[in-house]
Amino acid sequence: MINTSTSMQAANARRWLRSVVAIFLKDWRSELRTRYAFSALGMFVVTTIAIILFSLGSEGAPPDALSGMLWVVIFFAAMSGLARTFVTEEERGTAATLQLLSPGSAVYFGKLLFNLALVTLLNVVTVSLYALFISGFVIQTGSIFAVTIILGSIGFAAAATIIAAIIARASTKGTLYPVLSFPILLPLLLTVINATRLAADGAFFQEAAGEFQLLISYIVVVITASVTVFDYVWKD
Amino acid sequence: MGLRIFLGLWLSAVIIFGFSLPMVAQPQHWYDLPIIPGLAEKARIIFFHVPTAWLSVLAFLSSLFYAVRYLRKKEPIDDIKSASSAGIGFLFCFLATVTGAIWAKFSWGTYWNWDPRQTSIFVLLLIYGAYFALRSAVEVEEKRASLSAVYAIIGGVTMPFFMFIMPRILASLHPEPLLNAQGKVHMNTMMLIVFLASLAGFTALYYWMWSLHVRAERIHYQRSQIHGGASRD
Amino acid sequence: MTGRTSITGTDLKKVFNRRVIFENISFAMESPRTMLISGRNGSGKSTLVKIVAGLLTPTKGSVVVDGVGSASEFDRRASIGMVSPYLQMYDEFSAEENLKLAMAVRGAPYDQQYAHDLLKRVALFPRKDDPVRTYSSGMKQRVKYAFALIHRPPILILDEPMSNLDAEGIGIVRAIMGEHRNGGILIVATNDLSDLERYDQHVDLNAGR
Repeated sequence: MINTSTSMQAANARRWLRSVVAIFLKDWRSELRTRYAFSALGMFVVTTIAIILFSLGSEGAPPDALSGMLWVVIFFAAMSGLARTFVTEEERGTAATLQLLSPGSAVYFGKLLFNLALVTLLNVVTVSLYALFISGFVIQTGSIFAVTIILGSIGFAAAATIIAAIIARASTKGTLYPVLSFPILLPLLLTVINATRLAADGAFFQEAAGEFQLLISYIVVVITASVTVFDYVWKD
Repeated sequence: MGLRIFLGLWLSAVIIFGFSLPMVAQPQHWYDLPIIPGLAEKARIIFFHVPTAWLSVLAFLSSLFYAVRYLRKKEPIDDIKSASSAGIGFLFCFLATVTGAIWAKFSWGTYWNWDPRQTSIFVLLLIYGAYFALRSAVEVEEKRASLSAVYAIIGGVTMPFFMFIMPRILASLHPEPLLNAQGKVHMNTMMLIVFLASLAGFTALYYWMWSLHVRAERIHYQRSQIHGGASRD
Repeated sequence: MTGRTSITGTDLKKVFNRRVIFENISFAMESPRTMLISGRNGSGKSTLVKIVAGLLTPTKGSVVVDGVGSASEFDRRASIGMVSPYLQMYDEFSAEENLKLAMAVRGAPYDQQYAHDLLKRVALFPRKDDPVRTYSSGMKQRVKYAFALIHRPPILILDEPMSNLDAEGIGIVRAIMGEHRNGGILIVATNDLSDLERYDQHVDLNAGR
């Protein structure tokens, strides 16, 4: 009897994983086909950096300000694209379909993975454009910056996904998303901005250890809380 | 009725004492308050700023408590209690932010300087604002209650990052003239009495406002059920 | 569809924005069995159907699915197939892609032969690789049937089964319903009472309000 139940558990775990991957792939393939989020995010980043370049002119800005601005661009770009994964399901009437196919936890993780892929792509593009065109922005300790981008992306995805699930069920989705996300993301934002400054100033890797610890605990806390409450948001 | 009058007198006494007790360098009489180095007369704001800040946190915790309860049992009264706590907490949080900014102006010259505690209370204000923005955007009651409960929980788990972790890691500008690292309290007995009295008075005020609001909402809810579910305005 | 399946609803009540939509609804079904849910528009037909399918939580009462192993969330979902006006397909994908993703998201392997048979049964095989977006409303309705049957569920729930269908489509659906009656559980929600006598049991939401 014990064997049957553990093998059943293993089978369910496999199904769960398959489901998570399938949901991620569905969103990803859909995005490749329609390119809505890619174009929205891409245009946003290009436009914003252009505006920044234009307003800075030949003066430039202090490195600290540039570190902060990078994350401002990322934040607003994320706000323009990370809610899609849930909002489209509601708007198109496929949310109920998805509920019939898979349990809430699989939906959450599938969409978390999708947002993670999206935000990672966003960050790579943003950082590249930023580094290329904004001359005052120089990173001295690359390792700190790399880890910051990785942890920052995961943290962004974590917070943005659960908030996206919430606003998808409300009526004024567009404007509500940044309003709800900002207080939740602020600890993350302050920490990554700090870490970016450390990287720009050429600090040693260990000096950013406090920031990395914060980021990791933030990620763990937000994802744990999200999984726990997700069904209350997703299920009617 | 009697309790209300008592509360009114209590808070009036706190306000009067808070503003009128003399601050002297060497407190001698029972009614003398010590001069806090660097703050002098402006230290009086501690009687009002700290309780409002404390209450905004207490109200948030209360809102969180009833939010969790609502998600478990789905009783409408828990949502009413949660939202009422948040409403009053919002008010007190606004007062705390404003009084904090005034204190900052007197002590450090600028209304705002992004030190962790000032940031924390501001973020709490943003969370309250977002909470009510969310509530006004959902028409179905059960969904409104669930979604705002979930948001309160998400806000609740991210708040500690401000309150406890960041002051440790980042340098703090927040004054600790009264409670320094060695834990010595520079408040003399009279000041402590007025301070604690203010804290108690404001907490009672909060509780009174909250239970009044809950009672009103409950009656409103029950009446709309009898009348066959008229939509709320 | 092997083995017995049962679905039992006990004392179901739904309150929405302080209005009682329905209460004290109970039913018990064991395969093979058919049930008709009827009621005028706004009587809560679709609400009840959603509760039976597990899409909506009742204010009071419960729905229990038994037999094919409701132990895991996947098993419960595997027992039920549903067609309804508010269940849409992913229209940027083709019919076959929708069927593939249905099985993948269910965590189950894709049986291409069975899928093709289904698509032929709903007369969509020639268009199986075109995005559902390009289908007519009748074709979209027929894809929903393939989508609902691809995982061979013992319980089939149909909300307004004939909507958007022409005579050919209606014939296809009647055949599907007839076949499912043998050994499965069929629950249909509609206002069309012409076939009432062919159902084993009936829940009328017009009464008791």
